[in-house]
Amino acid sequence: MAEIVLENVVKNFGKVRALRGVTVEVKDGEFLVLLGPTGAGKTTTLRIVSGLEEPDEGKVYIDGQLMNGVAPRDRNCAFVFQNYILYPHMTVYDNLAFPLRSKLWRVEEDEIRRRIERVARVLKIEHLLRRKPDKLSGGEQQRVALGRAMVRNPRVFLMDEPLSNLDAKLREEMRVELKSLQKNLQATFFFVTHDHVEAMTLGDRVVVLNQGSVMQVGAPEVVYSRPANLFVARFVGTPEINLIPAEVMGETLRCKTMGTTWKLSEIPFFQEVRNIPSRVFMGIRPEDILLGQGDKFGEVYLVEDLGVDKVIRVKTDHTILRVRASQEAQFAVGERVPYLFRTEKLIFFDPVTEKLLG
Amino acid sequence: MTRRIVKGILIGAALLFFLVPIYWIVATSFKQWPDIFAIPPKFIFQSTMLHYKALFNLDLEEVAKFGQAGKSLFPPRFVNSIIIAGVSTLLSVTLGTFSAYAFSRFRVKGEGDLLFFILSTRMLPPIVVGIPFFVLYRTLGLIDTHVGLILIYMTFNLSFAVWLMKGFIDEIPKEFEEAAMVDGYTRWESFVKVVLPQALSGIAATAVFCLITAWNEFFFALILTSERARTAPPSIAAVQGTSGINWGQIAAGVTVFLFPVVIFTFLVRRYLARGLTFGVIKR
Repeated sequence: MAEIVLENVVKNFGKVRALRGVTVEVKDGEFLVLLGPTGAGKTTTLRIVSGLEEPDEGKVYIDGQLMNGVAPRDRNCAFVFQNYILYPHMTVYDNLAFPLRSKLWRVEEDEIRRRIERVARVLKIEHLLRRKPDKLSGGEQQRVALGRAMVRNPRVFLMDEPLSNLDAKLREEMRVELKSLQKNLQATFFFVTHDHVEAMTLGDRVVVLNQGSVMQVGAPEVVYSRPANLFVARFVGTPEINLIPAEVMGETLRCKTMGTTWKLSEIPFFQEVRNIPSRVFMGIRPEDILLGQGDKFGEVYLVEDLGVDKVIRVKTDHTILRVRASQEAQFAVGERVPYLFRTEKLIFFDPVTEKLLG
Repeated sequence: MTRRIVKGILIGAALLFFLVPIYWIVATSFKQWPDIFAIPPKFIFQSTMLHYKALFNLDLEEVAKFGQAGKSLFPPRFVNSIIIAGVSTLLSVTLGTFSAYAFSRFRVKGEGDLLFFILSTRMLPPIVVGIPFFVLYRTLGLIDTHVGLILIYMTFNLSFAVWLMKGFIDEIPKEFEEAAMVDGYTRWESFVKVVLPQALSGIAATAVFCLITAWNEFFFALILTSERARTAPPSIAAVQGTSGINWGQIAAGVTVFLFPVVIFTFLVRRYLARGLTFGVIKR
């Protein structure tokens, strides 16, 4: 198993700047998730690690060895593609055997069979070995693709949105299996996704990427509770975080668009942090607003029932707040409800630099 | 119901339209001299193998009675056709597949211009370049050589092969080679093991088209060959008997001439149906 280091990697495709100096470290045995929207450069990053692309600038190390200019086949990485890329003219067995039959490894057929049987048992695909890929369901294809990565014990698993082609239920199952697989193999996983739920549930650490730059690196809960900037705050979490422009005026914090004010003394942040600009963005997660208590009022604008809980939009002056409420909560549209911000959970951003304050 | 009847009638009409000429030729090849010229045409007639015997120089004495002048030149020219069409098809398809792969997978400088240039070789009617080619070939000593015809057929078919194969290879996601390359294979190995098997239907379709073009080619064969490398088409057309055009032998020649293409197409039909409809449906 191995660790990966990307140092200041730059990659351009013509005029498109795909990566603008990306530095990432994947530790040995870690499940690192690279999270970002479409076009952020996630796949490019992964392809650079695998050697399918060469960086224009910067260095790539695997296990401390410089990988720039090393052919993909000599890097011993396994790559799981989004659309699985199983060879349609080969049976599942031959697909799994394919990496082992390369001249590079020269594995005996007996040994190949042993390894495939072991992997097939782990992935529960023993009954599929004689079939061709087009006779498999999406979930089965996914497992075969994983199996093909596993058979040769690669130094690192590179996974490019491997779950995004599965339906919701299956995706959830595979997520659990993938996580336990990684723990059992104690393998290094470098996993790309645009789905922040996947990132949160799978990653030991999460790297948030946007427009070719790293926005934040951290444990999932840190990325969620203390997003480094406005982009991360908005990108991570559904329903989206509430971001409200606010002004510090003397001893009060005034939210013009909400038509309300707080005393600075009510908010722990202002006790702890100095040098706060006079204009800020106030951020609060939907679950940190409590309905039915407090002395401020808003009007219920929309109620979305998600089954487990409800998302309630509350209109306060010109702002519509997203609030997560329990399933039992009963609110009618148009009703006036009191709400309370859990002020200890408030986070603030500099509106100019868009960075998290404090 | 009416729909099915109309459909049946239309299919029947189309079949009639395409198959009657073939029937005519095959029937003529088995007719005796007077029956060939009979008006109204005879559909029931006493068949004879005479024309085939003449074609392949069997039973020369009997054949001579019916106006055959000397030996038939068909057998060696038929062999020439097989060699020239076969080799040129093989070359066009091989080169076409490689170039198509390069155009499809790598950033080729001036790709659009190059592809257009390749295609533009098809835009000239062959007759325009007939004389220049004749002069060129005479200077190079390629007149009446197998290599000469193979080269010219290959050149003409190559544009076609490149374009067709590019379409087929574009349809194969490049991730297939990439997966193989990550899994320990070189680009060449992944091309052979992963791309080629998936391109088979495209290759079959391209090969059939190239083969048919080269097989039926008449004009260049006529002006660039005379004896050693002459192919069947100009040879069949030139069959003259002592008493006018020898229709029976021409019909026999055409019938034999039909077979190799039919056989080849039949052999690759498994790939062909997929190949010809390839690209119609996007995944």
